[in-house]
Amino acid sequence: MSSDYEFSDDDGDYYVDDEDMIDGTQDESGQSDDDMDMDAYGDDFKVVPKGKRKSYEVDYDSLSQSAVEKLINDDVEHICGIFGVDASIASLLLRYMSWNKERLIEKYMDNPSAITVAAGITVPEPPSPSAPIRSGPSSATQTTPTARRPTRSSTSKFPSFGSSKSTPSKTPSISPAQPFATPRAAKSEPFVCPICFDDSPTLRTLSLDCKHAFCSGCWTAYLSSKIRDEAEHAIRCMAEGCALVTPDPFIQSVLVPEPGAPAGDPAEEAENAATWARFQELVVRHFVASNPNLKYCPYPSCTNTVSCPSAALKASLITVVPTVSCGARGVGGQMSQSQSQPAQSSLGVAGREHRFCFGCPIESDHRPVVCGVARMWLKKCRDDSETANWIKSNTKECTMCQSTIEKNGGCNHMTCKKCKHEFCWVCMGPWSEHGTAWYSCNRYDEKGGVDARDAQSKSRASLERYLHYYNRWANHEQSAKLSLDLYAKTEKKMEDMQITSALTWIEVQFMKKAVEEVDKCRMTLKWTYAMAYYLAKGNEKDLFEDNQRDLEKAVEDLSELLESPIEAENIPALRQKVTDKTVYVQKRNEIVLEDTATGFLDSRWKWNVTVDGFDDPEKSDN
Amino acid sequence: MASISARRLSKELSEIRSEGCPVGINLVQADDFATWLFTIEVMGESLYQGEVHTLQFRFDTSYPISSPAVQFVVTDGKQAPVHPHVYSNGHICASILGNEWSPVLSVVAVCVTLQSMLASCKKKERPVDNDRYVRNAPDNPKKTRFHYDDDTV
Repeated sequence: MSSDYEFSDDDGDYYVDDEDMIDGTQDESGQSDDDMDMDAYGDDFKVVPKGKRKSYEVDYDSLSQSAVEKLINDDVEHICGIFGVDASIASLLLRYMSWNKERLIEKYMDNPSAITVAAGITVPEPPSPSAPIRSGPSSATQTTPTARRPTRSSTSKFPSFGSSKSTPSKTPSISPAQPFATPRAAKSEPFVCPICFDDSPTLRTLSLDCKHAFCSGCWTAYLSSKIRDEAEHAIRCMAEGCALVTPDPFIQSVLVPEPGAPAGDPAEEAENAATWARFQELVVRHFVASNPNLKYCPYPSCTNTVSCPSAALKASLITVVPTVSCGARGVGGQMSQSQSQPAQSSLGVAGREHRFCFGCPIESDHRPVVCGVARMWLKKCRDDSETANWIKSNTKECTMCQSTIEKNGGCNHMTCKKCKHEFCWVCMGPWSEHGTAWYSCNRYDEKGGVDARDAQSKSRASLERYLHYYNRWANHEQSAKLSLDLYAKTEKKMEDMQITSALTWIEVQFMKKAVEEVDKCRMTLKWTYAMAYYLAKGNEKDLFEDNQRDLEKAVEDLSELLESPIEAENIPALRQKVTDKTVYVQKRNEIVLEDTATGFLDSRWKWNVTVDGFDDPEKSDN
Repeated sequence: MASISARRLSKELSEIRSEGCPVGINLVQADDFATWLFTIEVMGESLYQGEVHTLQFRFDTSYPISSPAVQFVVTDGKQAPVHPHVYSNGHICASILGNEWSPVLSVVAVCVTLQSMLASCKKKERPVDNDRYVRNAPDNPKKTRFHYDDDTV
């Protein structure tokens, strides 16, 4: 059966790509342009040509923060167009409805004033017959909201904020008039900020549509605390019980000084600018979190987003393993886009691409096994129950001192090492009662003894089965951890090779490529053991294990080659062997991944336990 | 610029000194801008007639943007009032000290709110989970995440 897979119709591809590979690596004459060669190099090893999606891969897009901001903008503009409101208001409405446009439109059409009040855009007012939808675009042209403005007219339903949501660098509609400033001239008594009690006449005061005025210093402190400490994307007015939410242009006007404004403390300004940037990131994060098609890259300080609609539904996670990558590499400041620097920076952990599973947080790449099964397996491995299980099936307690004893040979006459108690392993009674006839115990309790042995051997069999899979799984896990060492060792070897032979740095890349491939395949192998543990017996499992065995064999062969000592005279031969093996390993890995993924799509796999989302094994057996 | 918290507290203090506290509330100690003590007494008909309790305010530099840590003093023979929202270690479960805190609230406003919380109490009893909470409670009540479920008392 397994041979059908090995020599399937994929063979055409195999040979074609093999040639490609030889072309790329044996073309030793015309490699003057190193950079170009580096770019082309990665493609030489690709078994399947780019553009064709393999069945074990999912369709996904990587989006930068600005790309997500564009998506947000599209939604906001859509709502602006329908409701005829400002961008900042549309944005608040969308945020309030968790970016669900359809529900927002429905609710808004139903009762516009209720939703604008609930979203913290307008002050709840005594019911007035004028519906805010009729205020339309006129709200944008409204003049500076003054403290004395009558609030009865329909145009005052919306505060007059500029529409500069996505243009953080400039504040076109705000700068000249300072629409949030509360004019103090109109008031009879001097303004005293109710928070800091500052009454300096030069105080810049700001308020939302609710007219709760505070000084700009307090606003800055408040907004910074909300954004930095509480990661809040909907910040309410500071007044007690006031439900108005600060719109983005307001926050921007507080945190980012207008061009031409007197320069403040540069450190403070930088701090505030960072807070404003953080706020924009929070909005993006909220948008991403609200959209099941999107996920934020989980790598530290990475701000990319991945869009993967095919894995958005939980139900789809039983047919696909959505391993995705946000396109960036590295950590923190040293991140680079993988497109610009292909293989070069990928050695070691620091340069790894940001790969993660769209469906679960357990491990970045647990192909070929689906999230539910991977999760079950990890839980099983973590649970101490298996240790307890082992102890239970292999040991007994001394009846005197309760020490745990494992019997590893000898007769049934036990003497506890600790308390010197002598007892019989079979009936656990004191040995003195047995006299010299040790077998009398067997005769005395025959039925019970047989039962006990049966129960014990059963439990031991299931434990041994588990340990079989676990040991192999852990072995590959361990190898993956050691891969850093292997990378370092390989780099050293590559240097040696350059010295002892006429090969260039580019030409010894085959070693690195092989190490990477081994590492990748070990990950696949690791998870195949988790999968095999739960697969129900049958032809499908046999096929799966055949593929697994072939991959394992190929990987071990390649590993051995990589470990072999290098002698100057057989470097060309070694090189040929390693490249051949690498391609073969790659091919085997493809087969395992491809076949498993197809199996999930055809729901070919049957489990020996109940797995979330799959049919119950008991029922499907009948 | 002196910190907002110091400026604000000095203003509040001078206002208390010049205008006095509301009836039943007395400033006991305000030597610095870190800890203030008040006595609080419910006036008129109530379950707490004749009881005087001491209220402790602790401020950090982020006051008034974030709330002060407020609790009843339970040392030196002082007792916390027996109330369904007051734990025997003096911690108070009140939403204005947590998620409904607003920077416009002041120390006196908090005192008045707590006074009315006591005054409107119908039955003197400890919170149901008092023992469990007190056993594991952090020193600072602000570190506790209260669940505000009952606004009738």
